[in-house]
Amino acid sequence: MTKPTIDALAKVGDLPLGFTAKPGSTMDFKTGDWRSVKPVLDKEKCIYCGFCYFYCPDGVYKDMGKDEKYYQADYDYCKGCGICAHECPKKAITMVLEEV
Amino acid sequence: MAKPIGMEVSLAVAEAVKLANTDVVAAYPITPQTHIVEHLSELVADGELDAAYIPVESEHSAMSSCIGSSAAGARTFTATSSQGLALMNEMIYIAPILRVPIVLAIANRALSAPINIWNDHSDIMSVRDAGWICLFAENGQEALDLTLISFRIAEDPKVSLPVSMNIDGFTLSHFIEPILIPEQAEVDKFLPPFKPNLQLDIKNPISIGLLGGPECYTESRKAADDVLWNSKPQITKAFDEFNKVFGRQYHVVETYRHEDAETIILLMGSIAETAMTAVDEMREAGQKVGVVRLRLWRPFPEEEVLAAVSKAKNLAVIDRHAVLGCSSGPVGLEVKSLLLNSNLKPNTSNYILGLGGRDVTRDDFKYIFEKAGSGQVQTRCEFVGVYE
Amino acid sequence: MRAVEATYEKVTNKTFPKGPDMLASGHRACQGCGEVLALRLLLKALGTEFIAVSATGCMEVCTGPFPQSAWRMPWIHVAFENAAAVASGVEAATQVLRRKGRGYDQRIPVIAIAGDGGTADIGLQALSGALERYHENFIYVCLDNEAYMNTGIQRSSETPFMASTTTSPVGSKSKGPYTWKKDMPAIAAAHHIPYVATATPAFHLDLMNKVRRAAAIEGPAYIHVYSPCPTGWRMKPELAVEICRLAVSTRIFPLYEVLDGRYQISRKVDNPTSIADYFKVQGRFRHLKEADIAVITERVNADYQRLVELTEKFPVDAPQ
Repeated sequence: MTKPTIDALAKVGDLPLGFTAKPGSTMDFKTGDWRSVKPVLDKEKCIYCGFCYFYCPDGVYKDMGKDEKYYQADYDYCKGCGICAHECPKKAITMVLEEV
Repeated sequence: MAKPIGMEVSLAVAEAVKLANTDVVAAYPITPQTHIVEHLSELVADGELDAAYIPVESEHSAMSSCIGSSAAGARTFTATSSQGLALMNEMIYIAPILRVPIVLAIANRALSAPINIWNDHSDIMSVRDAGWICLFAENGQEALDLTLISFRIAEDPKVSLPVSMNIDGFTLSHFIEPILIPEQAEVDKFLPPFKPNLQLDIKNPISIGLLGGPECYTESRKAADDVLWNSKPQITKAFDEFNKVFGRQYHVVETYRHEDAETIILLMGSIAETAMTAVDEMREAGQKVGVVRLRLWRPFPEEEVLAAVSKAKNLAVIDRHAVLGCSSGPVGLEVKSLLLNSNLKPNTSNYILGLGGRDVTRDDFKYIFEKAGSGQVQTRCEFVGVYE
Repeated sequence: MRAVEATYEKVTNKTFPKGPDMLASGHRACQGCGEVLALRLLLKALGTEFIAVSATGCMEVCTGPFPQSAWRMPWIHVAFENAAAVASGVEAATQVLRRKGRGYDQRIPVIAIAGDGGTADIGLQALSGALERYHENFIYVCLDNEAYMNTGIQRSSETPFMASTTTSPVGSKSKGPYTWKKDMPAIAAAHHIPYVATATPAFHLDLMNKVRRAAAIEGPAYIHVYSPCPTGWRMKPELAVEICRLAVSTRIFPLYEVLDGRYQISRKVDNPTSIADYFKVQGRFRHLKEADIAVITERVNADYQRLVELTEKFPVDAPQ
């Protein structure tokens, strides 16, 4: 008799008590491959206003600091929604089609 | 040595909750449970119990608040009956998976319709599959003791499960009985402070209550089944520890004059006292009858039940709840299925009685003993004393 | 303590907290989700020491698929209709344990988060109970995307007049729901709690400061957040923030606060922009004709006027 194949995440005995998870562990899941277009910043036009950072639903923008004076998107997580490009007051962000 | 005092059983349950230094009580009034939480709110109002009493707007919110408070690390209690338990149903199924050790006292009452405030076991039986530990008390002393024991079992780090402590509505909850009230120091010895297994802790955050898809739901249910079965040694351990402190030894299954009994009635709750009186009277008339009572209903104490009925020729299983469209009540189903895979083959029938507060008398039990004693097996459960 | 006296550190673009988000990336919200944006911002406003309680819904499902969680603070989800009740229990427990010296050394805000269905429909009873019981460290946020989005865009009592949904569809005999949004902030305010506010993520500082004020107040607070759903509203995802601004500038979703029963408009709209601009970018309103828009405009302006009258009759700065 063959046992049916199992498609399971964890053994019964290995499940955490109370079926819990560690904080912030969705970072293990890269949502970047949902994207068909990606935001590309023209640093010349950027005025470091932070709108791309404030308005990103996925929290992918990182403040590069007072010397660099721009925010960098983390493409591991950016889903390509285009809010940053739309909200940029200087039109410094362009949504560019991803190469397949 | 403490002297027993006359006390309403509901109040004794509340006194036990006080002695347990419970942190949070979230409750909603419903007959016949209400005296428990009324007395608890008095104890809080008088400063005798330092707890938060949350007067929630429904039983659904009562159990929801209890889940929240237990997850935050507070010793948590609530009580309900019947429709209240039915309204809690959704939460009842969630609590064991989140492993929150809530203690719930249920003054058992019939489910609507027709609306009926009196005693039977249909409320608890409707949530028997949810993963809770279920205990049934027979009398007032046991109700108080089992309330304390429930906290100990629930919060045992190897268990960490919610526990329901069942008392028959009115016929137990509203009776005044002689009850020994333990000393606080004794209770403190038996029941250590609650150290939660998991907690909504600012310093060590966790996420509780996640989505479980097809790739882990089966495992989560099996894990819940395992932990419930594995709780039995901890339950008997708590009974033993209780005996060490208080000198009252409880067992998961109790027996009365069963050793040489040819016919045994198996039941749960306060009607056992009536059944035992019937047994005494029938024994005097030379009939070999006995009683087996389940104190523990979930996890189902299989070995103890088999041991208790091993010598019986005839077995009558009593249910206080009718499973409509099915041949047996829940206890009947459980016992029959247990016997099927054992080498014991007593003549087993299932009797439904005492629904919605219908009196259960010695004569009812004598009738059942005699009918079961004839060796006749009924495939369908019999509604005892039904007028048709 | 009166809400108007609550003190808190104001968020500005310069003092915007730049530390890690309390909601981690990698969550499964749709592209351009205005709801998860609102959630990210409001959690950011609260710092790091608080407990969050979620109702079942988009925000819960997309942030907590076992074995992962996007939440960086202690978080619990139990069911759909009971976030307010669960939070009540958590809040009570933190207070008792603090009093008894068994943890929670300082005041811990407990924030309950639910969608419009979990708030205005199935969760209304639990919410009403929690607000009325006056839990001290209790904040309730309704992330309103105007329909049951998690189950596939069904009508809720927060669905706007004539907005097409999968259970209030446009047909040959119907233009969608002929019912108006349930006024949840008014219902919350009727509980005489110290603080009620409306907010939307386009005005991110306004949103965050309202959350901070809610956390600073001793007593329950209710914040109703307009949270665009590009998927359910049939809208381009990049418009999620712009649509919030349009909702405010057209008076469709006025931003205001109710402090101790006194009203204050956060952004006055003396000259509203064209409501047609708001409707035309959303597929759910595609079927609206000029006459329909006129009916809606009349209602929107009347509601706004009533709000203005409340601020005149019960101003925040009046002696109490």
